[in-house]
Amino acid sequence: MLFTVLTGLITSSLLIPFGKFIKTKWSILLPLIPVILFLYYLLQLPAVVLGSNYLQHVNWVPSLGLNLDFKLDGLSLLFALLITGIGSAIFFYARSYLKGHPYFDRFFGYLLLFMSAMLGVVLSNNILSLFVFWELTSISSFFLIGFNNDNKDSRNSAITALSITGLGGFFLLAGLILMGNIADTYIISDLVSRREVLINHRLYPVVIGLLFMGAFTKSAQFPFHFWLPGAMKAPTPVSAYLHSATMVKAGIYLLARFTPALGNTQYWNTTLMIVGGFTMLMAAIHALFRTDLKAILAYSTIAALGMLTFLLGMGTTEALIAASVFILVHALYKATLFMVTGIIDHETHTRDITKLSGLRKVLKPVFIAALLAALSSAGLPFTFGFIGKDLIYEATLHYQQNWQIWLTALAVATNIGLVAAGFMAGIKPFTGALPQEYEQTHLPPISMWITPLILAILGIIFGIFPSITGDYFSHQVANAIAGQETNLHLKIWHGLNTVLILSLTTLAAGTVVYLFNKPSETKLAALERADKFSARYVFERVTDRLTIFAKWYTDLFHNGFLRSYHFRIILAAELLLGYKLWLSGPIYINFDQLTPLSWYEVGITLILLGALYIVVTTKSRLTSVVSTSVIGYAVCLLFVFYSAPDLAMTQFTIDTLTTVLFVLVLYKLPPFINLTSRKVLVRDAILALGFGAILAMIALRILYEPNTTEVSDFYGENAYLLAKGKNVVNVILVDFRGIDTMFETVVLAISALGVYSLIRLRLKSSEKE
Amino acid sequence: MELLLVLVLGLLYSAGVYLILRRSMVKLLLGIMLLGTGTNVLIFVVGKITKGHPPVIDEAYKVFQEIYADPIPQSLILTAIVISFGLTSFAIVLLKRVYALVDSDDLDNLNTPEEEDI
Amino acid sequence: MKSAILQTATRYLLPILLLFSFFLLLRGHYYPGGGFVGGLVASIAFVLHSFANGTEATMKILRYKPLSLIPIGLGIAAISVVLPLLFGLPAMTGLWFEEPIPVIGMIGTALFFDLGVYFVVIGVVLTILFTIALEE
Repeated sequence: MLFTVLTGLITSSLLIPFGKFIKTKWSILLPLIPVILFLYYLLQLPAVVLGSNYLQHVNWVPSLGLNLDFKLDGLSLLFALLITGIGSAIFFYARSYLKGHPYFDRFFGYLLLFMSAMLGVVLSNNILSLFVFWELTSISSFFLIGFNNDNKDSRNSAITALSITGLGGFFLLAGLILMGNIADTYIISDLVSRREVLINHRLYPVVIGLLFMGAFTKSAQFPFHFWLPGAMKAPTPVSAYLHSATMVKAGIYLLARFTPALGNTQYWNTTLMIVGGFTMLMAAIHALFRTDLKAILAYSTIAALGMLTFLLGMGTTEALIAASVFILVHALYKATLFMVTGIIDHETHTRDITKLSGLRKVLKPVFIAALLAALSSAGLPFTFGFIGKDLIYEATLHYQQNWQIWLTALAVATNIGLVAAGFMAGIKPFTGALPQEYEQTHLPPISMWITPLILAILGIIFGIFPSITGDYFSHQVANAIAGQETNLHLKIWHGLNTVLILSLTTLAAGTVVYLFNKPSETKLAALERADKFSARYVFERVTDRLTIFAKWYTDLFHNGFLRSYHFRIILAAELLLGYKLWLSGPIYINFDQLTPLSWYEVGITLILLGALYIVVTTKSRLTSVVSTSVIGYAVCLLFVFYSAPDLAMTQFTIDTLTTVLFVLVLYKLPPFINLTSRKVLVRDAILALGFGAILAMIALRILYEPNTTEVSDFYGENAYLLAKGKNVVNVILVDFRGIDTMFETVVLAISALGVYSLIRLRLKSSEKE
Repeated sequence: MELLLVLVLGLLYSAGVYLILRRSMVKLLLGIMLLGTGTNVLIFVVGKITKGHPPVIDEAYKVFQEIYADPIPQSLILTAIVISFGLTSFAIVLLKRVYALVDSDDLDNLNTPEEEDI
Repeated sequence: MKSAILQTATRYLLPILLLFSFFLLLRGHYYPGGGFVGGLVASIAFVLHSFANGTEATMKILRYKPLSLIPIGLGIAAISVVLPLLFGLPAMTGLWFEEPIPVIGMIGTALFFDLGVYFVVIGVVLTILFTIALEE
């Protein structure tokens, strides 16, 4: 399984050097990647249907408990098939959609990255690697939403999406780690056996709260839903892939994955039902007032995600079965509708449903695909949507007493909205009279319309043979979510019962709503005024304030004056070091241990201090340079006194060369001018003396500490015995620590190259001028 | 005498800090060099100094016969001295380039004002 | 800075200083000295020569660009690092000839390594100084 995750990552990075070949001749290779992966997962199907799980364990960072554990069960397989299957369709589609786009290769690089990350999320059996892949989906989605990066709206949407999902990821990480620590395992499949510990822990509400934050942000649940309509700025293949079928379902996947371990408690069920229920109703109503095709689809997607959250929240076996089927139903028809929208947009350059009509005459195969998808979304009998809707009503009707009526009413209301929204997106643009301006519209290449058509037809096939679908796909999914045998068997005909009546009522009511609801700009504007109180408004206010704060902070601290940075850094260092020194108590000096004082040292020190004074005060550059070299020579003499001949020689030669260098360069520069007021000079002097004093005190403190010389003794004793050298300093440099010296010479070489190129390259460019 | 070296390193650091707080690029560079020298002395002092016994084994023997100066701080400082030459030379050339470009040694003239400031 | 005295002096000083730098390099393993100091002294010899006779004249004596000394030195050092691998020993193991050679003394990979450092230092210092000097 690891290879399937790696394939996308590797090919994605290969696109950097080889992108230009892929762009033109070899672009057909790109869709083959998801197709191959899809076939691989299809081959795993027979084994998984029988209930076996496939585990893979690769050590990564064992010391941190961070390993690549993968597990393939029904739930993972369904998502893996969706990711690679719909991925294949999208890749074929996008290849035509973006033909000739200058960043064609970049787009597919992001898309492959996303696909790998998504596969990683659904296959991970380790909560930490799950999180890593989870974040990777957010990041790749950021790039895909902002793909048209010359568009300001597009960039803003990308940032909004990243901040919302990133914020959620942050909470998720906290929740996952907390959960791992409570359960004492990071392996997801082991969490189930620790269920009792987890749900009885006093931090259980915190754990699931954090987990919900991650899932709700990713799956666009209220109040974090607003990033999804914004994300529709992405190219349509991206919307179809990420924002309908795969990424937004990662939150649902997360909830489903942890249901056996954490689910079915009061907290879990109530929260999910309230949030899911509210989201689905609100989004379904919103969808009806949109005029942009993609916005309609975005809101109906939010409604569908709300429905899934709601079903997972109910937590009964029937509800979980309904959820496991509805994931597939929704992915099939929503991806189709998105791709259809993309074709319409691509050919007519508008997505406004008040303008579009009659396109069936010019885009016949597209119309068929759209119609089938819309019918499936409406839940017409003999479509897959019908099965899904049946199961949802069955679940709500069989919920505990007192609640069933309300829950059913909620589901019916949402579904009415979804039926109408599906018709608006799938049927409205194709019916009626064809306006003159669209008469020239022509059918796009077959690779663009064949994929939505296939998906739409699949929706019908699955609907006609529900038992096959149920046995092969949904049964093990429901088992994985429920954590037990669910005996799922899908049937097309349940007899004439309440469920069927509800289904038909929904269909009829939805059609009525579709016929009488005429979305318009004015209605939309009225709705958007109500948005003032929504989370989006709050989010925008917060980000505005943050930007203002950041600007204020930057202006205050990053004023562009190097000396003020230095001042702050040194001041902070002084405060910290000073505090630490103050804590460590008084400083003692052991006079017995000091080496005796000689007059030479005093003389040299005086010379050094004199030169230091001149460097600080002089106005002449040459004097300051000469004084610096005097300091160097004085230090060199000190090295001689204290038994460091090698140092003395090196210091002497380097000091000479540095002086030569300075003189070569600085000879012509004008003298220093005093630019600063006396007050500032005094302030700086105090700061500087303070720093020197603190460093000196640290040195004294270390001197008082007992000396451990194990390492030095080793070098001293073994210099000749092991390395046949008698000058220990040299032996350390060329033998014991030879690799360090090797790289030191490399650093020197780099600095020489830097100097060389800095001078030579500039010469050339100035010659050009 | 350690105390002398401690005094020297403290003042080297002070002078270095004082110079990097100035506006002149040359002073900045000299300040960085002084800080480097100060650090060398610091390492040297805290590595315990010894007089008259370099870490070189006597010709007649294979191991040390008496006390010797700690070789580790010495090899560290030797490396630091040589590397600091690389740093200084690169910085000097950079400085020269900048000087040729803006015709000023004043660091404040390097700030490119943003559009709204003009 | 061209003075006749300095020019005459450097004619003799250059070989003497170079010899001295080589001496420092060779004895580095036993007495104070070594590749770094040796290389620095050799560079000073060339810098002195360039001061007296002009950088172009010194470049003529060198015949090759000092920049080319850097890869040579790095190569020598790298070879002495990996040479023990050929004998099945870990990298950087010191290899020595059994008998000392007259004048030079003991020869081994450590000396070879120091020779690499020596060349790199000369290359680096001369590259930096000569590029700057030639640009004036």
